[in-house]
Amino acid sequence: MELLFDSLFNGVAIGSVLLVAALGLAIVFGLMGVINLAHGELMMLGAYTTYVTQLIFKLPILKPFYNSYIIVSIFLAFIVSGVVGILLEKTIIRRLYGSPLETLLATWGVSLILQQFVRSVPLAYGTGLVISLIIGLFLPSTFPSKIKESINFKYFKFSTWLFAALTGVLTGSIISSSVSKLSRASARNVDVTAPSWMRGQVEIIGTAFPKTRLMIIVITLISVIAITLFLNQSAWGMRIRAVTQNRQMSDCLGISTEKVDIITFGIGSGLAGVAGVAVSLLGSVGPNVGGNYIVGCFMVVVLGGVGNLLGTVFASFGIGIMTDLIGAGRLLSIWPDMPLPLSNTINFFATTSMARVMIFALIVIFLQFKPTGLFPQKGRMVEN
Amino acid sequence: MRISRRILAGLATASLAVTATSCGGGGTSGSFDDTVTVGILHSLSGTMAISESTLVDTEKMAIEEINAAGGVKVGGKSYKIEYIVEDGASDWPTFAEKSKKLIDQDGVPVVFGGWTSASRKAMLPVYESKDAFLYYPIQYEAQECSNNIFYTGATPNQQSEPATDFMYKRSPAAGGDFFLVGSDYVFPRTSNTITKAQVKQLGGKVVGEDYLPLGNTEVAPIISKIKKALPEGGIIINTLNGDQNVAFFKQIQDAGITPSSGYYVMNYSIAEEEISTIGPEFLEGHYGAWNYMMSIDTPASKKFAKSFKKRWGADRVVADPQESAYNMVYLWKQAVEDAGTFDDNAVREALVGQKFDAPQGPVEVMPNHHLSQTVRIGEINAEGGFTILEETGVVLPQAWNQKHPSSKGFACDWTDPSKGEKYKL
Repeated sequence: MELLFDSLFNGVAIGSVLLVAALGLAIVFGLMGVINLAHGELMMLGAYTTYVTQLIFKLPILKPFYNSYIIVSIFLAFIVSGVVGILLEKTIIRRLYGSPLETLLATWGVSLILQQFVRSVPLAYGTGLVISLIIGLFLPSTFPSKIKESINFKYFKFSTWLFAALTGVLTGSIISSSVSKLSRASARNVDVTAPSWMRGQVEIIGTAFPKTRLMIIVITLISVIAITLFLNQSAWGMRIRAVTQNRQMSDCLGISTEKVDIITFGIGSGLAGVAGVAVSLLGSVGPNVGGNYIVGCFMVVVLGGVGNLLGTVFASFGIGIMTDLIGAGRLLSIWPDMPLPLSNTINFFATTSMARVMIFALIVIFLQFKPTGLFPQKGRMVEN
Repeated sequence: MRISRRILAGLATASLAVTATSCGGGGTSGSFDDTVTVGILHSLSGTMAISESTLVDTEKMAIEEINAAGGVKVGGKSYKIEYIVEDGASDWPTFAEKSKKLIDQDGVPVVFGGWTSASRKAMLPVYESKDAFLYYPIQYEAQECSNNIFYTGATPNQQSEPATDFMYKRSPAAGGDFFLVGSDYVFPRTSNTITKAQVKQLGGKVVGEDYLPLGNTEVAPIISKIKKALPEGGIIINTLNGDQNVAFFKQIQDAGITPSSGYYVMNYSIAEEEISTIGPEFLEGHYGAWNYMMSIDTPASKKFAKSFKKRWGADRVVADPQESAYNMVYLWKQAVEDAGTFDDNAVREALVGQKFDAPQGPVEVMPNHHLSQTVRIGEINAEGGFTILEETGVVLPQAWNQKHPSSKGFACDWTDPSKGEKYKL
């Protein structure tokens, strides 16, 4: 019983890392059909946001609130990755809808640029740049339309961007002068240390669980619930689903598909940022951190069935539990006196590398029989 | 377009100032009779850049020191050492390609380079076919002995074997069972084969072994295996690579696998540089084994650390790989002076038997192109350094490991033409 409990927890823990990483992709790739190879780098930006937030919370003014920095960084990471995602959509991806191969190449290029960006730009100025982007993209929409109409739109836009750039440079230099670690560019991996209340273990029904794992599971659960509610209950969620199912018809009915695209892509990217916070708790933060997850993310989305969030959830927990069952050789402890050839086979696959091989093989076999994944999308779009 | 005179004058002064300072830097250049150019080949970009750039810094420092002391003296003439730095870009074929460039195009007499075993294996055929000479500074899995490579890092019997012995006999977990964790490539697998043979000889038991694919940071299955195999604590031998260590130590600490609960990790790839990246709070109480540790309390060691900090910044640290890189530049210089020529074959002969007072203590080049070195076991402390617990005497290198089943009873000797790369003892 304890074994089952332990195995289930481990499976859920591994699966929730996969799920939180793949959730954004399930929206961007699943709902919009955009193959975004820069998804991993959006995660990386989220992880770096956590690192920057952690350092800023070490400043004397914010020191009393240090323990809550991880909660703050979840929201900040969502905003940072979301804004970068929106910029990406506005400048590149929008021009490439309907040509998946070009999107694939372009987003791969973007991923390389983002990796090099964090290597060669001091994080303080990177933060400044992101702040200018946020102001520049959102400030114009906060003014009532009356004011916008009364002045020349060109000048208006120019002055907001000028203001945004100035604020960015200012915050950049303030951060760089107050946090010395952020003032120099470095290709070195950095480290996010969880606040003390999140370290160590907690006992539930006689079994000890690592707190960071529980935290990741909680982050994942909240993200999944929030995104499901958003898609199914809100007006924008309904529009997103409508555009996914039939773009032309939605366009005819007066839904601004352009706006829907931006929002969908922004939310997908923002979720990647949240995933970045989660993975920063597990390992170190470096320019390549996202690249390690991108294959797994696509695997989960394809296995779950493109265009279906429920499929993504099942696929990631399924892979998580399988990884633990095979990789830790659990079957042997359930059935200790199995025939020798069988136990030898299980022992052979009971290493992390071989478990991965086994899982990929199983997925390949599964997709042979069900090429559309666990929960295939049904509807008009599929038939087209 | 008028440029004001004042600006022009300012520019002129500035450029004069630059010329003046550059003259100051090379002020002794007048006293050299000639120059010799050597090659430095490490990754300056890609994943290995973080580690390998520290070696470039150290090699540059050693060369500057030698130049400041009058350069290399060959045949009554003094030579100033100049260097060409090439970027291996963390890509193994690039290492081979750049080696060819350095040997053929630049005609350098020696190349200091490499870090990963993969890069060395890629370069080896180049140096053998062109009969050139590579100096390789990293502790590695051995099982190799080339006439065209000189290895200044530790072989397994100069690092992992004394460490395993310490863990089994004298650590707080003495007599406990072993669990081996490593990244999935040649060094951890070879090193663990040797450790398994050794533990068996000692009468201990290896209860589990697992390898993490490079780039993978999901440690949960390994943790459950460790907990199953070592429920009451024990010895963990860690040969993980680079930032996988961060994931490993963060996650095992969260899972309660700590020194206070009886689990002791012995690390073969964590030096001072890595401790500061991972964070001493995750590593305190675990162990490391190296030939050089920054905390060695001798004048030579202190001078090495001090000059490195002075040259590259007060927050920099020195570690074992850097010390190895430092030694090899000096050993090359001594061998060239003894041979009286830059010719590879003569230098190779003169190299064997060279002695040097290294920061770790005296080292000597052995006939198998490896170094005799001192081995130290240290406990990682809260300040991010090692508290040295034991120190062996000088340990002779075994290019062919005597505990590995495939090389037991073999040795290497390049001074005797009848013996060579691999002969039966």
